[in-house]
Amino acid sequence: MKNDFRKMEDEMDRLATNMAVITDFSARISATLQDRHERITKLAGVHALLRKLQFLFELPSRLTKCVELGAYGQAVRYQGRAQAVLQQYQHLPSFRAIQDDCQVITARLAQQLRQRFREGGSGAPEQAECVELLLALGEPAEELCEEFLAHARGRLEEELRSLEAELGPSPPAPDVLEFTDHGGSGFVGGLCQVAAAYQELFAAQGPAGAERLAAFARELGSRYFALVERRLAQEQGGGDNSLLVRALDRFHRRLRAPGALLAAAGLAEAATEIVERVARERLGHHLQGLRAAFLGCLTDVRQALAAPRVAGKEGPGLAELLANVASSILSHIKASLAAVHLFTAKEVSFSNKPYFRGEFCSQGVREGLIVGFIRSMCQTAQSFCDSPGEKGGATPPALLLLLSRLCLDYETATISYILTLTDEQFLVQDQFPVTPVSTLCAEARETARRLLTHYVKVQGLVISQMLRKSVETRDWLSTLEPRNVRAVMKRVVEDTTAIDVQVGLLYEEGVRKAQSSDSSKRTFSVYSSSRQQGRYAPSYTPSAPMDTNLLSNIQKLFSERIDVFSPVEFNKVSVLTGIIKISLKTLLECVRLRTFGRFGLQQVQVDCHFLQLYLWRFVADEELVHLLLDEVVASAALRCPDPVPMEPSVVEVICERG
Amino acid sequence: MEDDAPVIYGLEFQARALTPQTAETDAIRFLVGTQSLKYDNQIHIIDFDDENNIINKNVLLHQAGEIWHISASPADRGVLATCYNRTCCCVLSLDSFVALGKSAAQLLKALETPSDSKVLTCAAVWRMPKELESGSHESPDDSSSTAQTLELLCHLDNTAHSNMACVVWEPMGDGKKIISLADNHILLWDLQESSSQAVLASSASLGGKGQLKFTSGRWSPHHNCTQVATANDTTLRGWDTRTMSQIYCIENAHGQLVRDLDFNPNKQYYLASCGDDCKVKFWDTRNVTEPVKTLEEHSHWVWNVRYNHSHDQLVLTGSSDSRVILSNMVSISSEPFGHLVDDDDISDQEDHRSEEKSKEPLQDNVIATYEEHEDSVYAVDWSSADPWLFASLSYDGRLVINRVPRALKYHILL
Repeated sequence: MKNDFRKMEDEMDRLATNMAVITDFSARISATLQDRHERITKLAGVHALLRKLQFLFELPSRLTKCVELGAYGQAVRYQGRAQAVLQQYQHLPSFRAIQDDCQVITARLAQQLRQRFREGGSGAPEQAECVELLLALGEPAEELCEEFLAHARGRLEEELRSLEAELGPSPPAPDVLEFTDHGGSGFVGGLCQVAAAYQELFAAQGPAGAERLAAFARELGSRYFALVERRLAQEQGGGDNSLLVRALDRFHRRLRAPGALLAAAGLAEAATEIVERVARERLGHHLQGLRAAFLGCLTDVRQALAAPRVAGKEGPGLAELLANVASSILSHIKASLAAVHLFTAKEVSFSNKPYFRGEFCSQGVREGLIVGFIRSMCQTAQSFCDSPGEKGGATPPALLLLLSRLCLDYETATISYILTLTDEQFLVQDQFPVTPVSTLCAEARETARRLLTHYVKVQGLVISQMLRKSVETRDWLSTLEPRNVRAVMKRVVEDTTAIDVQVGLLYEEGVRKAQSSDSSKRTFSVYSSSRQQGRYAPSYTPSAPMDTNLLSNIQKLFSERIDVFSPVEFNKVSVLTGIIKISLKTLLECVRLRTFGRFGLQQVQVDCHFLQLYLWRFVADEELVHLLLDEVVASAALRCPDPVPMEPSVVEVICERG
Repeated sequence: MEDDAPVIYGLEFQARALTPQTAETDAIRFLVGTQSLKYDNQIHIIDFDDENNIINKNVLLHQAGEIWHISASPADRGVLATCYNRTCCCVLSLDSFVALGKSAAQLLKALETPSDSKVLTCAAVWRMPKELESGSHESPDDSSSTAQTLELLCHLDNTAHSNMACVVWEPMGDGKKIISLADNHILLWDLQESSSQAVLASSASLGGKGQLKFTSGRWSPHHNCTQVATANDTTLRGWDTRTMSQIYCIENAHGQLVRDLDFNPNKQYYLASCGDDCKVKFWDTRNVTEPVKTLEEHSHWVWNVRYNHSHDQLVLTGSSDSRVILSNMVSISSEPFGHLVDDDDISDQEDHRSEEKSKEPLQDNVIATYEEHEDSVYAVDWSSADPWLFASLSYDGRLVINRVPRALKYHILL
């Protein structure tokens, strides 16, 4: 081991020595070659210089050749290379001459480039090349920007013009989808190219250049949008939502690319805004449509109601009409919902915009469309109550009744159903306050109540007028002994029965106070003999003139005050009670304004008994009819200087006969 | 603040006619006319003693017939006009019935005789006995036993124009001019020779189809008392008394018959009307297409509407739903911003207070609903002496005297 190491040490020493010798040799060789090397370097330098000189001298001709051959790129490269040297040595006359030549040529070159640029026959990429070359030639960038953009504008305006031509005078030939496609590929595509090229070419321009581009894009963009909006506006009337949504989708999608490029121009935002606006208008359109549909339904109902009945055959029943109206409105609502639902479909590019996720669903669809429609429906219905047709004619009472039932149905079921449907379809993300179901229901109920009350008033008025005319136009003093119930009373009963049937078609029976099986007979005896006699008999015994009042007042103490035009409940009995109350109160007031002969009084007695016989069955509390009729007879007795009432049995006979 | 309870007075007969004694400005006095076909009708002179809350009455016999309308002269406390039904004919028929025996045929004949069977409403001007003019304070029992009779001054001759619906006096005048409404005629009378003679000065009548019958009329206190407004069916009409020509016409003022109207005493173009559609409407006669305001508080026909004579925001209505409603129509009154206080009068404290007051919203509202009546209320009116007091009369002969709630009174005054 030790040996080995020693040997190795020896060998290492030897190696060191050898290396030293080699180094020595090498140094000597390089010293020898030094001189030559320097000379070679010098020669090479001279050669390069000469080549450059040669290049310079040949430059004008080369440039000319290049220009002639159309190798503008080459020419510009040469020019670029020579420029600096020429610049530096321009004080030497020969260089000066070259430079002058070059400048002339370059100017021509630039001229040609511009020419090409302007001609615009070649596509955008070539133009971009032109611009690139011109830039390299040191043309002022500003001017080029302007020119570039002006040129681009020319082309884009061409696109816009063709779009506008498509818009044309109505009717627009291609559908909206084609239109947006066209606009998308033509104009938006072009704009994208321009923007991309511009950004590439004029990146060095900094913010000023970008600003210029943005302004450019904004201006043209707005014109494009104006066109699109015009086109979309033409679409507003149309019914096809899916096509519109697809068109909007394309439109919006196309604009996202330049949007990324041109954030500053705000094209994407503007596009979104347009889409939103269209969506809003669409909602408005649907609301309008729903209203029109509702009004249409009403017109249909009116026509159905007014249509002359074919002999023997009843027209469509009220219940049927109601069902028709309800289902037709509901299907319209559903159709509208489905139509606007397209706006929020997943695959639509703008559906994830905050507007479409939030406001559109809650404020637009739920509040604007559905709630708005229900409200307007209520309003329309209520307007029938305020119409000046108080004298009768304007609104057929059956329509009031039908609308009232419709509103009531809405209150009980339909509103919550529709709103649930809406909420399910448009997952309303709640940050906006929405109208709660209960409020709407309350409104609908109020509407239904007002309509029904109005119905009662109108029908009550019709009957009242009959009664009033019959009392006012008759000469009660010289009337003959009653042999019949007056025809008008029969008419009143008939009409009341008709109303009863009508209301019965739509409203439930309602509650009545318990009554005996033969109510008419029982009340007759009480009313006609004992009570009635008891009430006004004393009034013509001279000793006690006050008894009439006393008795009637005592009686009133025990009966509740009758509110004549009181709100009604949603059932048949309540409605009929209201109508009968109004009619009988009118009768009472009219009777009090007349003076009756004995037979006049007896006629009133007969008439009232007749009403009594037939009206009790319609009302909630027959006591009410008794009370009012009693009062009528009592008042007639008071208004009679010669009150001799008819025998109850005779009254009965007459009424049964009549 | 407690309000005084209403004071109730009962008449023995049915009654529809009520008026304050217009010429009396010190004592609270109302005249009520009864309606009875069987007994002599009466005019009750109701004196209300405000301090003691006591009613004193005097009864005058009105033998001519049942009273449908009554109005008092604005100039002479003792003079009044009534519209009444002549009913003697019927008594005659009853007599003849007894006299002729019990044959039905004869009876019919008696009844069919036209002169007998026709009810005619006439109008006349009366003078009450001197001692009752200013209200005597005899005990009520006495006066009822010794009922005095009215002195007839003159008839408003209606042979040409049948039924008189109402008589209205020229409000500011000397009690010489009255207007009466008879069917479709409007008649202006001059009372001459201390009202003992009525001369028909001029007249106008409604032409046209249908039953045209005036229901009610009022004389405007404005324009130098040259305007009268009338109601027939659903229409309101204004008339110029100088030419007896129509100056405005509100067609379909109400959905149904218009029952009554009244002029705002402080705003010359404003008038209120009421009718069978349960509504009270306020009109500006310069714009007759739309009412300025509509009230719908009553649940049956509204028979009467009256503005308070001095505070026209207070409007009184009476209805056949047996209610009397006092409304505060401040927004269309002559004092829409409340009582205006002169700046000089306001000391610092008051200043503060009035500021507070001005902050209170002045809204139209129902002040009170009076339910003392149990039958239809056909007449309401304000006292001519005390602006805070009014009377209402229901068909069963109940007269109720009420006051404006004190809180409101002080609110208006202060």
